Amino acid sequence: MLELSGVNSFYGKAHILRDLGFSLNAGEVVSLLGRNGAGKTTTVKSIMQLVKPDSGSVMFDGEELTRLPTHRVAKLGIGYVPEERRIFTDLTISENLEVGRQPPRPGVFSWTQEILFELFPNLAERRTNRGKALSGGEQQMLSIARTLMGNPRLLLLDEPSEGIAPVIVEQMAHTILKLKSEGLPVLLSEQNLHFARMVSDRAVIIEGGLKKFDGSFAELEAQPEIRDAYLSV
Amino acid sequence: MGLFIAQLLTGLANAATLFLVASGLSLIFGVTRIVNFAHGSFYMLGAFIGYSLMQVLPGAIGFWASVLLTGVLVGLIGVIVEVLVLRPVYKAPELFQLVATFGVILVIQDLALMVWGAEDLLGPRAPGLKGVVRIMDEPIPLYDLALIAITPFVLFALWYLIARTRVGVLVRAATQDREMVAALGVNQSWLFTGVFFLGAALAGLGGAIQLPKGGADLLMDFNILAAIFVVVVIGGMGSLPGAYIAAVLISVLNVFGVTYLPQSTLVLMYIVMAIVLTVRPYGLLGREEVVGEHGQVGEPERPIKPASTKARVLVGILLLCLFALPLAGSHFLLILTTDIIIFCLFAASLHFLLGLGGLVSFGHAAYFGGGAYVAGLLVVHVNAPMELAFVLAPLGAGLAAFIIGWLCLRLTGVYFAMLTLALAQLLWSLVFQWDEFTGGDDGLVDIWPAEWLSQANSYFYFTVVVGVGGILLLRHVAHSPFGYALRASRDSQRQAEATGINTKRVQWMAFTLAGTLAGVAGALFIFSKGSVFPNELEITKSFDGLIVVFLGGVKTLSGGVVGAASLELVKDYLTRLEYWRLALGLLIIVVVVLAPHGIVGSLRKLRERLSGRAEDDVSTVTSSATATANLQSPESER
Repeated sequence: MLELSGVNSFYGKAHILRDLGFSLNAGEVVSLLGRNGAGKTTTVKSIMQLVKPDSGSVMFDGEELTRLPTHRVAKLGIGYVPEERRIFTDLTISENLEVGRQPPRPGVFSWTQEILFELFPNLAERRTNRGKALSGGEQQMLSIARTLMGNPRLLLLDEPSEGIAPVIVEQMAHTILKLKSEGLPVLLSEQNLHFARMVSDRAVIIEGGLKKFDGSFAELEAQPEIRDAYLSV
Repeated sequence: MGLFIAQLLTGLANAATLFLVASGLSLIFGVTRIVNFAHGSFYMLGAFIGYSLMQVLPGAIGFWASVLLTGVLVGLIGVIVEVLVLRPVYKAPELFQLVATFGVILVIQDLALMVWGAEDLLGPRAPGLKGVVRIMDEPIPLYDLALIAITPFVLFALWYLIARTRVGVLVRAATQDREMVAALGVNQSWLFTGVFFLGAALAGLGGAIQLPKGGADLLMDFNILAAIFVVVVIGGMGSLPGAYIAAVLISVLNVFGVTYLPQSTLVLMYIVMAIVLTVRPYGLLGREEVVGEHGQVGEPERPIKPASTKARVLVGILLLCLFALPLAGSHFLLILTTDIIIFCLFAASLHFLLGLGGLVSFGHAAYFGGGAYVAGLLVVHVNAPMELAFVLAPLGAGLAAFIIGWLCLRLTGVYFAMLTLALAQLLWSLVFQWDEFTGGDDGLVDIWPAEWLSQANSYFYFTVVVGVGGILLLRHVAHSPFGYALRASRDSQRQAEATGINTKRVQWMAFTLAGTLAGVAGALFIFSKGSVFPNELEITKSFDGLIVVFLGGVKTLSGGVVGAASLELVKDYLTRLEYWRLALGLLIIVVVVLAPHGIVGSLRKLRERLSGRAEDDVSTVTSSATATANLQSPESER
C-alpha cells in the first residue's frame, strides 16, 4: 500500500535520510523505531511531502507522492498526526475537527464529530473550549481525532506517546488497536519500544537515516544486539 | 452641543472607509503573514474604477452597483497580484514579499496615471442621498448617515464569515499554522488567493464608497497607508471589531482635531497610537504574539565570515577608483556617486538592524531625515558652523533612535515594525506641520558645507571618507562580540538570555547605533544638497531603504550596500523615462521573483550550485543530528 524506495532527504545541507526503503501493507501497523535524530520524523515528513525528498520514490496505492504538494497527499487519504500535535490553539475543539473534515471516501469508514467524541470522551465534554485549554494528552487525542475527520486510508502517527502520561499512552494503544481492527493501517514512529510492541505487527529500525532492521517483533527479540545498538532501552 | 454631535457623526462616517480598507489589510496579514504595502494602491484603484463605473451606470441603483462591482474588480486585481507576484515568493525569507508589494505600488501608480491621467477627480454625489438632514440645527449629509448605518453590517458580515463559516475556520487555522492546514488536505494556495481577493475587494469598496465625500487622486495610496497601519495596530492585528473601534477612534479624533487643533491633525493619530500601545502593547483587542510563531521560514541563517583576501583586494580597488573619480572631471558623476555613497550608508545602517539584529524597522528614514534636520536647524536657527552641526546631527538622530527604540522594543515582530513606522511618521508630521520652526513643506534651504569643503572635489572626498568609514564601522561591529550578541538575540532570544546576554539591551544599543549612522548619512546628505525637505523622513524614504536591503540580500553582510548602489544606478537611468515607476516596479518584481534571496544571496546560491553539493556532503554527517533536532522543534520551522 505504501512503499518507500531509495529515499534521500535533506534538511538544508544536512543529509538526513539515506537510500531509505521499506513498505507497509494494507491492514498492517508498522512501527518506525530509532533514537532521537535517527530520521523518524523526517521519514514521516518525506511521505507527507512536508520535506521534499531529493531522490527516491514514495508510492501510495500506485501514486507517486514525491510529485505532489502536501495537501494532495492528504487528499489521497494519508492522515498525518505530527509529533508536536500542532493543535490550532485559538480554535475550539469542534473547529479543530472541522479543519480536518474531508468528504466521505468510498470504501473507508466515514468519521463524524459525534463518533469521534464517543472514541475520545474527554474531548466531548470540552467541545467548545479552545485548543489551548487542553492538556498534552488531550491535545494528542484531538490531533488524532482531527486527522481521522479526513477519513484517512493510512494513518501516520509521529511519536504519539512522547511526553504523555502512561495511563493515556495505554488508552492510546487501545485506540490504535481499535483503528486497526476497523482496517486502518498505521505507520507509527516511536521511541517507546513497549508501546510499539503492544500495537504493531512489524518493526523498521533506522539509525542515521539508514535502515538497520525490518522484521517482526519476534525476530527483533531474537537479536538483542540490534535492539541494544539502535534503540535506547 | 449640536456641533459636537455633528462632528461625531462626520467622524463615524469617515470611519467607514478607514475600517473597510484596514480590515482588508488585517485579513491579508493574518493569513498570509504578508504586510501588503500595496493595500493603499487597491484603495486608490477602487476610487478610480468606482469613478469610471459611476459615469456609466446611472441612478441610485447604478451608484450602488458601481460600488459593489468595484469591489469585485479590485478583488480580481488582488488575485492577479497574488498569483503572479506573491505566489512565487512565499518561500522566500520572511518579509521579502513586502518588497514585491512595493513593486506593485509603483506599477499601479503609473497604470493609474496612464488610464485616468494626473488630474484629481471629484467624486460624484450619491443619487438619492444628496441632501442633508438637520440634527440639532446642524446639517448632516444623508450620505454620511448611510455610511454610518452600513458599516456595522459590513462588520457583522465579515465577523460572521470568519467566526461562523467553514471558510472562516480554515482561514483562522491557516493564520496560526498553514503547513498543518495543508497537511490536513486543504489547498492553502486557494485559501491565500481567496483571502487576497476578499482583502483587496474590501480596499476597493473603501475607495469607491468614499467617492461622494472625496474623490480620486494619485496620492491616495500613500496617504491612506499610514492611517490603515495605525488602525490595524491600534485595534489589534487580526481583530475585526478592534479595527472598527480604532477606525472610529481615529476618524472622530481627526474631525475634532481639524476644528480645535488644526496644526496637529497629522500628529494626533500617531500620538493616540503611541498611547494605546504603551498601555496595551498588542492593540485594543489584539492578543500577544506567541514567541516563535513567526520564526524564520526556510533555511537557517548562515554564519558570517570576515572578508576573504580576494574580497578585500576588490574593495581596495573599488576605493582607489572612488578616490580617482574626480580625475574623470565629470561633475555629474561626482554628484551621482556622492548620492550613492550616502544612500549606501543609510542602507547599511538599516541592514545592520534588519539583517544582523532581525529588527524590521519600517521607519528608518526618521533618523536619516532626523540627522539632516538636526544639522539644518542648527545652521538656520543658531548659525552653527558646519563642523559642529555635522557632529551633532548623528547624535540627535541617535538620541531619537534611543528614545524610539526604547518604546518600540517593548514589542516584537510586526507590531514592532508598525510602531517604528508610526513614530517615524510622528516625527515627519511634526516637521511637516511645525512651519515656523522647521519651515514645513518649504523645508530648510541654504545649508552649505564649511569653506574648506566647499569645492565639489573636497566634499566628494569627505563623503567617501565618512560614508565608507561608516559602512566599514558597521561591518566591524558585526564581527565584534557585540555583533555576536546581536545575532544571538536575533536567532534565539531565549537561548541568548540563558547565556547571560541582555537581549533587549543589545537590541536597543543596535537600534541606537543604526539610527546614529543613518544620522551621519543624513548629515552628509544635507550639506551635499544644501537643503532638506520633509520627504527625507517620510514613509517612502523608509521603504526605499527596506527595498534595497531586501533586494541586496538581508542574509548577506554586503546586501545593503550592494542593493543600494544597484538601485541608485538603475534609478538614475530609469527616472529619465516617462513611466519610470512602471519600469522600476516591474524590475523590482522581476528581481524579487528571480532572486528570492536578494542579489548577493542568490548569486551566492548560484555559485554554490555550480560548484556542486559534493563538498557539503562531508560535513553533513556530523551536523545531521543537530539538523534533526531543528526539524523537531516546532519553533524553528513554522
